[in-house]
Amino acid sequence: MSVVEAPPTQSDTLEPGPRRSLGSYLRDNEIDTRMVGMVVVLLAIWIVFHLLSGGTFITPRNLWNLSVQFSAIAIMATGMVLVIVSRNIDLSVGSMVGTVGMVMAVLQAEWLPPVLGAGNSWIWLISLIIGVVLGALIGAFQGSIVAYVGVPSFIVTLGGLLVWRGFAWLTASGRTIAPMDPTFQLLGGGSSGSLGETGSWIVGGVACVGIVALLLMGRRRRRKFGFRLRPAWLDVVLGVLGCAVVLGAVWVMNSYYLPENLAIRYAEEHGIPIPEGGLQIPLGIPYPVLILVGVTLVMSYVTNRLRFGRYVFSIGGNPEAASLAGIKTKRTIVRVFMTMGILVAVSAAVSIARLNAAVSGLGTLNELYVIAAAVIGGTSLSGGIGTIPGAILGALVMQSLQSGMVLIGVGAPVQDVVLGVTLVVAVAIDTIYRRRAAR
Amino acid sequence: MTIASQRGGTPLVEMRDMSVSFGGVHAVKDVSIDLYPGEILGLVGGNGAGKSTLVKTLSGAQKADSGEIYIDGEPVSINSPRDAKNLGIETIYQTLALAENQDAPSNMFLGRELMTRWGTLDDSSMEDAARKVMGRLNPKFQNFKVPVESLSGGQRQSVAIAKAVYFNARILIMDEPTAALGPAETDQVRQLMRQLKEEGIGIIMISHDIHDVFDLADRISVMLQGRLVGTVNKDDVTMDEVLAMIIIGKLPEEVTTKELEQLHG
Ligand SMILES: Nc1ncnc2c1ncn2[C@@H]1O[C@H](COP(=O)(O)OP(=O)(O)O)[C@@H](O)[C@H]1O
Ligand SMILES: [Mg+2]
Repeated sequence: MSVVEAPPTQSDTLEPGPRRSLGSYLRDNEIDTRMVGMVVVLLAIWIVFHLLSGGTFITPRNLWNLSVQFSAIAIMATGMVLVIVSRNIDLSVGSMVGTVGMVMAVLQAEWLPPVLGAGNSWIWLISLIIGVVLGALIGAFQGSIVAYVGVPSFIVTLGGLLVWRGFAWLTASGRTIAPMDPTFQLLGGGSSGSLGETGSWIVGGVACVGIVALLLMGRRRRRKFGFRLRPAWLDVVLGVLGCAVVLGAVWVMNSYYLPENLAIRYAEEHGIPIPEGGLQIPLGIPYPVLILVGVTLVMSYVTNRLRFGRYVFSIGGNPEAASLAGIKTKRTIVRVFMTMGILVAVSAAVSIARLNAAVSGLGTLNELYVIAAAVIGGTSLSGGIGTIPGAILGALVMQSLQSGMVLIGVGAPVQDVVLGVTLVVAVAIDTIYRRRAAR
Repeated sequence: MTIASQRGGTPLVEMRDMSVSFGGVHAVKDVSIDLYPGEILGLVGGNGAGKSTLVKTLSGAQKADSGEIYIDGEPVSINSPRDAKNLGIETIYQTLALAENQDAPSNMFLGRELMTRWGTLDDSSMEDAARKVMGRLNPKFQNFKVPVESLSGGQRQSVAIAKAVYFNARILIMDEPTAALGPAETDQVRQLMRQLKEEGIGIIMISHDIHDVFDLADRISVMLQGRLVGTVNKDDVTMDEVLAMIIIGKLPEEVTTKELEQLHG
């Protein structure tokens, strides 16, 4: 089909203005300047707390603990991005953590051992799988009410916030359930729940190869289609920077050692002689962080590479356009909530494993931290805008603030004030930034 | 004779006795129109006459209460936008129906994405295809990687039209295609419509601009309060006669000279 060449109209020209800012240069090369800004803010927070705390913030010990603490929230924040992008909200995630966590705990501590035999090595996995299925079902149930009945998600999940908190209590009549299955406990990090030195370097190495491969594949694809390439130096800088961050993080994780008494016990159990000057056993990447990395990869793939992710963004951008394009919007919304439920279950597993117990108040207020992480990470509550890495950075910023304040001895009430103010200021800056960008 | 004489051959589209009501309101009542290959049919009428609702039954966005639709003489049932697209019916909605937060290629392929052999979105191929189609429609268009909300009205219209062209529409529905455009962009769209017509595509064009209609359409169907007043050949009527159909619902042979004069009073 040939079509006449229409006369050019003035408004269609993209003027490469004479003076370009660094920001627009980066944007033209498909680099998210907002993310760059957030990384700068994060580093500033770290440096300030490092100075205020007399040099105890940027230490392997603190960063290792920080990474374990933020994982549970960050895992859920990746799902909340999709929920909010689709113009919905999920206020029930904290209570769902309670119910799903409690069920997983009771399964492994009380229900499964009599059936399978105490110490059965499948108990941890069966509990986890049942928890994930339960999370998916709860999510799908709430999502169906939103999509098919048409009750606003704010209401459905506000109801869920109460309902699932109630079920968390009812599951074990308010008792505290402990301890967890020894294998299950590994999911929570802790002294034995990490990858160790060699394993961590291997993961770091694989990640570096992945980063380089992605950059090279990107260049090859663009060349194949004759699209403009990023300047080679910029790709090199990105590759080096990416690998440096990954390997630096591994190095930090490997610089945190098993506490003295545990190290001695470990040595005795494994018949290792204790050298003079103490035994230093590097912990390496904690499993919760590894789980978060896995979740991030899967969720990024889902949002960027699959139809489902694209449809979620289309629905958020213009629901009418999405359904006129033939997209099954209701089914998509149900899947969004189902994804959220699965991530809640994963997060709940990490939490009860770390606590080595489940209490009926598990996950209280998590919905607020998760929503705040997504929003600080650039997810727009009006829908259609948000990124997975942004939400993770958002969770990291919040956890850094909180850990930092604990470290310098700020009390809980003031912590709440600071976190609350941070949330509002972050969104205010974002709103102003977007308004300017839109002009 | 001013009622449009039947043209030879099978019509591309024939809609018979279509009715749609919302609650008690008859938005469309027993309306029959047809469309031939390579023809532009102007669909005109005042605000709320039922034009958008009528074409939505053809594009699958609105279910009809009764009526039949024939494509190439074959009865079809259109229950969803996807059914319509499978029949080669593409629609450019009055509201454009674009996902504002996404770029031009994503919008062009929305719901019909190109996939790699691994089942993932093939964004490069989609961008490539978008660049090729747009290279013919609007060569100046270069903003393939920005959300369409930051584009001008004309550029957004180009995206909507490019979509229809890429998917080889046989039947194109355009609801107020030039309403949001400046004069230069309007010219561009008009030129494009003539080109598509040359290629044998049938176009139903809704417009409130009587000049637009007289410039482009071969036949004109007029609606008033949900009913079809009549369909006329453009060459057989004057603008005033069409205005009389739109406003007082009288066909050219029924209308009096006095009534025609009052239109301008
Ligand atoms: N989704 C709807 N729900 C209720 N009434 C509607 C809906 N769509 C259109 N209508 C009504 O149907 C009538 C015809 O509207 P429409 O087809 O948009 O007219 P036009 O496009 O000719 O201006 C109007 O009275 C309008 O208010
Ligand atoms: Mg209309």
